[in-house]
Amino acid sequence: MAGVYIHIPFCKQACHYCDFHFSTSLKKKEEMLLALEKELLMRKEELTGQVVDTIYFGGGTPSVLDTQETDRLIQTVLDHYVVGEDPEITLEANPDDLSSEKLGHFAVSKVNRLSIGVQSFFDEDLRFMNRAHNAEQARATLAMAREQFDNISIDLIYGIPIAEDERWKQNIEIALSYQVPHISSYALTVEPGTALKKFIDKGIVPEVDDEKAEAQFRHLVTTLESAGFLHYELSNFGKPGYFSRNNTAYWQGKTYLGIGPSAHSFNGQQRSWNISNNTLYIKGIQQGRLPAETEILTQRDLYNEYVMTGLRTMWGVSLQRIEQEFGSHFREYLLRQAERHLEDQYLYLDGDTLRVSLKGKFLSDGLAADLFMLPLEKKT
Amino acid sequence: MKHIRNFCIIAHIDHGKSTLADRLLDFTGSVTERDKKEQLLDNMDLERERGITIKSHAIQMEYTYEGEKYILNLIDTPGHVDFSYEVSRSIAACEGALLVVDAAQSIQAQTISNLYLALENDLEIIPVLNKVDLPSANPEEVTDDIVDLLGCDPEDVIPASAKTGIGIGEILKAIIERIPAPKGNVDEPLQALVFDSVYNPFRGVETYFRVINGQISKGQKIKFVATGKNYYADEVGTLKLTQLPRPTIKAGDVGYLITGIKDAREVKVGDTITDADNPTKNPIEGFEDVKPMVFAGIYPVDTEDFEELRSSMEKLQLNDASLVFTPESSAALGFGFRCGFLGMLHMEIIQERLEREFDMTVITTVPNVSYQAFTKKNPDAPITVNNPSDLPDPSTLDRVEEPYIKATIITKADYVGNVMSLCIEKRGQITNQTYLTTERVELNFDMPLAEIVFDFYDRLKTVSRGYASFDYAPIGMRVSKLVRVDILLNAQPVDALSALIHADNAANIGKKMCEKLKELIPRQQFDIPIQAAIGAKIISRETIKALRKDVTAKCYGGDISRKRKLLEKQKKGKKRMRQVGNVEIPQQAFMAVLKLND
Ligand SMILES: Nc1nc2c(ncn2[C@@H]2O[C@H](COP(=O)(O)OP(=O)(O)OP(=O)(O)O)[C@@H](O)[C@H]2O)c(=O)[nH]1
Ligand code: SF4
Ligand SMILES: [Mg+2]
Repeated sequence: MAGVYIHIPFCKQACHYCDFHFSTSLKKKEEMLLALEKELLMRKEELTGQVVDTIYFGGGTPSVLDTQETDRLIQTVLDHYVVGEDPEITLEANPDDLSSEKLGHFAVSKVNRLSIGVQSFFDEDLRFMNRAHNAEQARATLAMAREQFDNISIDLIYGIPIAEDERWKQNIEIALSYQVPHISSYALTVEPGTALKKFIDKGIVPEVDDEKAEAQFRHLVTTLESAGFLHYELSNFGKPGYFSRNNTAYWQGKTYLGIGPSAHSFNGQQRSWNISNNTLYIKGIQQGRLPAETEILTQRDLYNEYVMTGLRTMWGVSLQRIEQEFGSHFREYLLRQAERHLEDQYLYLDGDTLRVSLKGKFLSDGLAADLFMLPLEKKT
Repeated sequence: MKHIRNFCIIAHIDHGKSTLADRLLDFTGSVTERDKKEQLLDNMDLERERGITIKSHAIQMEYTYEGEKYILNLIDTPGHVDFSYEVSRSIAACEGALLVVDAAQSIQAQTISNLYLALENDLEIIPVLNKVDLPSANPEEVTDDIVDLLGCDPEDVIPASAKTGIGIGEILKAIIERIPAPKGNVDEPLQALVFDSVYNPFRGVETYFRVINGQISKGQKIKFVATGKNYYADEVGTLKLTQLPRPTIKAGDVGYLITGIKDAREVKVGDTITDADNPTKNPIEGFEDVKPMVFAGIYPVDTEDFEELRSSMEKLQLNDASLVFTPESSAALGFGFRCGFLGMLHMEIIQERLEREFDMTVITTVPNVSYQAFTKKNPDAPITVNNPSDLPDPSTLDRVEEPYIKATIITKADYVGNVMSLCIEKRGQITNQTYLTTERVELNFDMPLAEIVFDFYDRLKTVSRGYASFDYAPIGMRVSKLVRVDILLNAQPVDALSALIHADNAANIGKKMCEKLKELIPRQQFDIPIQAAIGAKIISRETIKALRKDVTAKCYGGDISRKRKLLEKQKKGKKRMRQVGNVEIPQQAFMAVLKLND
């Protein structure tokens, strides 16, 4: 199974925390769509022999497109790729774009899953993050979407410096009241180069508090788990049967094709990424050339990535798979590196699977780093 | 001999010695266009990168003046105080010195200390006012300063620019006319001064010498007086840009010698070379065994690398005889070496060379000076304390003595107050204050050497806004009230973080050390208490709060490789950390005491 990801690099306005690739000018939208279609044609050989089971419109803000435009792109995939019986076709959407009319159009289009960027049900939080929608729009859109779509995911952000725990709890309650089957929830992360980073550095807004974020995260995990969600990835919760196929592909090392500026592709051995610049991307594609860089992953890289993603998911890191794919010395190395953390109970062994304990969950990056294998650096 | 001139270039750091040497080489046609580069004589990688001279460098030039051909032997010297012994031996090998003074900065501490060395050796001083091309140059005033200092005529000061070439002809003229030709008798027994040595991995140690009397020839059986060892002179020659073998080097001249010696320690700078069968009765005066001033532990980051570290240190010692080390062990760090250095710059250089030339990542512990402890039981027998943990139990102590230095500081009148408060805080006693001009003041202090080691330079720079230069010379041991401040991490003492500190400053420094360590030790999965203690008494404490979160929320397509690379880097960084108990301590933390005021 393989996935196709299509990046729609346009947003109405820039959220303060965001470091995704997008432009706030829609002038090049048509050129971009042509380029995306052309890239899909140019690269179809890359998925030869693979069955596509998920198409994902990410961004940016794909909901700036209308149904005709999304259908054009979907059709291109259907025409030139081998697509499975019942593909998951997701559209990332922002509440301010989803009028009831537009929702209706999408409901009858090929899109069958919505991922709605709610982030918070409170105006203070939304303003703090410079989101384009308000709390009222978030609620209204969600209510309407519920009527048209069964498969809905919403995004929520915790650890917002101005949001107290009580507000976070209410956010979760409200989300649950809409009975969505999937929730992605992110800790507000201060990325370099973002407005948020600048504000924090200048002291204009308070710093993100780890302890608060951790407490909110724990509350989220327990609440959602008791509501029947599975915590299948650090930031992702799904009811059985509703895990995101697209995202799961990333964490399980499956093949995916990334179309559009800044999109990444992976085929099990090599990863490539398109240039993060709309103009240069369009120009390259128009000239029949893919403006991308490629990196071939070594065994060690693949091992490191598997450990890193494995620890974040409910599937953990399978020692058997490590042995099969990388050899027994990788398995031994992994266990040796894990020893200290097993002792301290940040990690635990569940049969032949290495997992992060609840107290280790929020530290899984550091734990993964400790298990990493580095190239030998010594000259002799 | 009438046509030989031996001279060195001395100055404060960065006043342009090596650049002036370049110009002299150009002017005399000693280098081809192809070989030209800036600070040509600074041939070690480290010298070139940092733009400083670490070793003396000698080179011979030929120059025709008024129809006569002269041999000019030039020695470029390092400016930094750590290498002042080496400078003193280079000076002893010459009859004259170019005293270079920066026309913007005027006379600084090393200008004076090097001048005194030159005068002690009766050298003819040629003052060179360098960098006159700088817009900030102040030629009239600085010339006055020089005239005041030397008691010379203003006409004796040669305005020059080592950058643009102004004054180079004048300098050469002065070298020939003012510096006396060497005296010496070719027929006397060989008497040659070793002023430098360089390690060559293929040819062994190359010894640079100045023949005072007699001559040295290829094949001659020679003797090094201080070490008492005999060798055959496999090769002697002249130091041009490359070495030029010659049958004989005679009295008055400078040359190199190769004997097949493989260990730099066998060639001592300042030693006298003589004929093994017909030795001189007068070894050259002024020889000293260089004594290390600063000690620190050097440990491999990975305990398994101890033997590799030993062999690297041994190799390093082959070409740097001033490095001394003995094995030691630390409860926190395992096996390593206690090393002695000429000073802080030397310590940094060794550490850097270990990484660069031997690929050894090391942890250097808090440096300290060499103390002498006397016990009540045996109040006349000194116990050398080169490591805080060697200090005997305080209850058994009669007294502790620590090395003192005479500090010379030259600064602007405006900053005298600041400099004085700093020196007094550093336990200095002012012994002298002289106004060199209305603007510039020379201050002298007697100070404990240990205080120089503990972040003195940086603070001096700060309190004087960069307008202070500093030099020092040892003046012996004095009784002192020292205590050992220990650091506990997670309630475990970490011996490698202990420091010997004057009792009056202990509380303050203990507190600052805790604060600094809190800043330097990365947060870990649990709270880490940091405590400073004297004996059983806790004098300060801090806590490093546990790390609660290190994950980023999203980890999709593009995030994966970015994150992998980030975590790889993080793991690499951790490799430079040392696990003590269950706390990971980064390398810089062991030197934290040195940066307490940053
Ligand atoms: N403008 C100007 N700059 C100069 C002149 N002479 C030297 N410099 C610069 O001053 C700096 C120091 O010069 P060096 O020749 O390395 O000084 P040094 O005295 O040998 O330094 P140490 O060996 O480290 O004590 C370099 O950046 C030179 O380019 C000069 O006449 N004019
Ligand atoms: S809408 Fe999404 S992609 Fe656009 S700026 Fe906001 S967070 Fe970033
Ligand atoms: Mg120099």
